[in-house]
Formats: sequence, C-alpha cells, structure tokens
Amino acid sequence: MRVTDAERKLGVVDMGGVTRTVNLACVVDAEHPIDACAGTWVLVHVGFALQRVDEAEAARTLELLRALGEAHARRGEEP
Amino acid sequence: MKHVDELRDPALAAPITRDIAALLARLGRTGARPLKIMEVCGGHTHAIFRFGLGEVLPPGVELVHGPGCPVCVLPAGCIDDAIAVAEAPGVTLATFGDVMRVPGSRKSLLDARAQGADVRVVYAPTDALQIAREAPDREVVFLAIGFETTAPSTALTLLDAEREGVENFSILCHHITVVPALCALLDAPAAEIDGFIGPGHVSVVIGLEPYAVIAERYRKPLVVAGFEPLDVLSALRMVVQQLAEGRAAVENQYRRLVAPQGNPVAWGAAMEVFEDTADREWRGLGIIPRSGLALRPRFARFDARARFAVPGARVEDHKACQCGEVLKGALRPPECKVFGAACTPETPIGACMVSSEGACAAYFNYGRLAAARRPPRAEARHG
Repeated sequence: MRVTDAERKLGVVDMGGVTRTVNLACVVDAEHPIDACAGTWVLVHVGFALQRVDEAEAARTLELLRALGEAHARRGEEP
Repeated sequence: MKHVDELRDPALAAPITRDIAALLARLGRTGARPLKIMEVCGGHTHAIFRFGLGEVLPPGVELVHGPGCPVCVLPAGCIDDAIAVAEAPGVTLATFGDVMRVPGSRKSLLDARAQGADVRVVYAPTDALQIAREAPDREVVFLAIGFETTAPSTALTLLDAEREGVENFSILCHHITVVPALCALLDAPAAEIDGFIGPGHVSVVIGLEPYAVIAERYRKPLVVAGFEPLDVLSALRMVVQQLAEGRAAVENQYRRLVAPQGNPVAWGAAMEVFEDTADREWRGLGIIPRSGLALRPRFARFDARARFAVPGARVEDHKACQCGEVLKGALRPPECKVFGAACTPETPIGACMVSSEGACAAYFNYGRLAAARRPPRAEARHG
C-alpha cells in the first residue's frame, strides 16, 4: 500500500493484483501517522482500510497451529 | 496473498479436528445429539462451504448458520422503500451490487432499473458521494446497509459530505448491529444454540466488550474468528473446549486483526454520525428493539426518508419462503420447500439465496457437490 493524498488520507492498495484507492482515515491515529502507512498490510472493506494486520499476532497464530500438529505427531498420530 | 496459504494447509487441520473429536467425546456428544454451534457471520458460512469444513467435522458437532449476512436480513419493505426513492423524478440511487437482486414485495432494484429507474452499483459509499459531486442537478441517494463493519464507511462519507456542503446527497439508512440479534435468537423459546463463532470483521470495528452479555447473561461461549479455514476450525475448537470445561467466555481467535477494544477511530466516526437506538425489522426475525443505527439530529438533512415519500411499510415475506427459519438456524436450506427449485441464485424468492454469503446460496453453490460426494446415510442427516 502507498499513500497518494496525505491530506485527504487516501492511498492505493494492491488487493491480490487489483489496485484501488482506499480511504485510510480509520488506520491513522497519533501512534500511526499517515506517512507510516506505506508498505503495511491492511484489511479493506467497501473502500476503507479498517485495520492494520498485526504481523506478530499472525505469526503467533501459525506457531500455535504448528505446535498443535507437532504435539499430535509426538503422540504418534498422523500429522 | 499474505497469511492465506498457511491458514489453508490441510495438514494443520487434522490435529484440530482430532482435538474437537476428543472434546466431544468428553462431552458425550454424538451424531444423535450433536452440539449446535452457530457461525454468526455470512463470511464464515461462505468459508465453511467453500472449503468443505462440514465434511471434516466429527458427527458430534453441527454448524448452524446465523443471521450475519447483511443482505439476507434486509426486509422486503426496505427494498420497497429504496425502489420508491429510485423511481422519484431526478433521483439516482446507489447501492452495493448484492442488494440489486433482493426481492421486494413486487420487484427488485434490478427490475426497477430495467424499467428505467437510475440505479447504480457502487463499490464504496464514497463512490456514491462522488456521483453526487459530479451531478449536482440530481438527487443522489445511497442505500446504506450492513453491520458495524460497514457503518464507519457510511459515517466517514457523510462527514465528507457535511464538510464539503454537498446538498444533493442523502442516505436511506438500514445499518444494523449484531449483538441485539444474537440476544433475540437466544430469547426465542426454541433456541438450541450451544455457542457461537463470532463475526470477525464486525469485531475488528467494535472489539470484544459488546459480546459480554452473551457469555454473562446467556452463559454461551463466543469466539471471534478469522475467515480462513484454519481460523474457523480453531475457533470451533476453542468454543467446544469452553463447553467441555463448563465455561462461557468471549475469546478472540482473530488476533491479527481484532484488538480487544476494536478500532476506536472507526467506531468513533460511526457513533459521531449515528446513534444505536433504532428498532429495526430483520427479514425472518421481525422487529428487534435497538438493533439499528439511526442518523443523529445533526445529520437529519442527509436522511432520504425526510426528503422523499417512502412507504415505510412492513411487508410479509413470500409465503413459500422459509428464510426466517434458516436465519434462526432452525432449518437447513435444503429442507426449505422452494430451495433449488423455485428459488435459485438466478431467480431468488428469499434473500438467503441472493448474497454469496447467504446460507442458501452457499448450499446451492457448494453444497450440491458435497452432497454428491457424501454416502447416502450421511446425506439423510441433512434432509
């Protein structure tokens, strides 16, 4: 994602190959200035970015899933 | 796309379903008396069918499809109101594509367009405002539907319209909120829901706190889930685990996008423009008190109901249609008399067949394949 109009809080996002201008107002706050938006992954709904993807939490969800698979494997079950 | 491939890995699904089976055994649940877990959100219904999750689950749990598809719960009267506005002289009505085929009492917005009304499909509410800016001689009305996920987008669009002084723009507001509908389902005498897979994108906006009533007053577990197959399975495991441990809590599986407090900027914008006090009619569920968003007095001039004559009537659903029972989770789509025969996605009688997120459309588009693969005995269970 890249910012195209900082004043109106607009940016262009790539959605699996389709690009579209989206409104970034909901993902900009004191801790996350508009200039910091470029390159981040966001959830987009009807033309508005609704939230930034928390990369650390995404990794943790996958870790938990893999750990569950490994625990089952140790108990001698099919992976 | 990122965070997608891993969350569709079948090798990671097997341990989750085995855990679910073990928990169900602990609970003594079998195919004869399965747990009924409702996935509230139409996006989850779609994912469950697209990835065939129903086929990998142990027989002791059944997924019941809930009322969280915004198009499916639009009452026919709301469509009649939109058609009345669209057919007024000088009006352009804009709305989302999947609303076009929802049946009103006499016709759909698609029919109205074919008969000459200026009805446009937009991707975003801001596109409707842009039409208004470019055509100052027309009255542009946005039919605003959707849950808490969509309300901030409508609100921010209205804040733009107010700031710019766009006078020829208004909305027909039918935004609704999810928790009052869940409470209405649980208050119904025949309610047989053991727990909920909570809506992911609504929760991105509102966070977890609004669901506390489900756990505290009704003692039902609710786990907010993402939309990939392993998200849904993991959330189901968390719900069944709570039941096995005799707990009822609100938990969050969709941590990569749902913060406990939601998105205060997004919901703050919605609450600046709307108040969550409106009694709203839901298709099949009737009028649910305080389940809708209404424009605050400061935004009254953007209310299309004040600018145009709208019937505002309650319209009974089509007699043959059993969407109401489907939306309450009391009936499986193939058990409906008109499913797949008189009612198909091309010529829907009920709204659940219209949206791709609707339970009937999901059964029609994906379920037939599953039914063909399933042995006859298992098929009988699904009617």
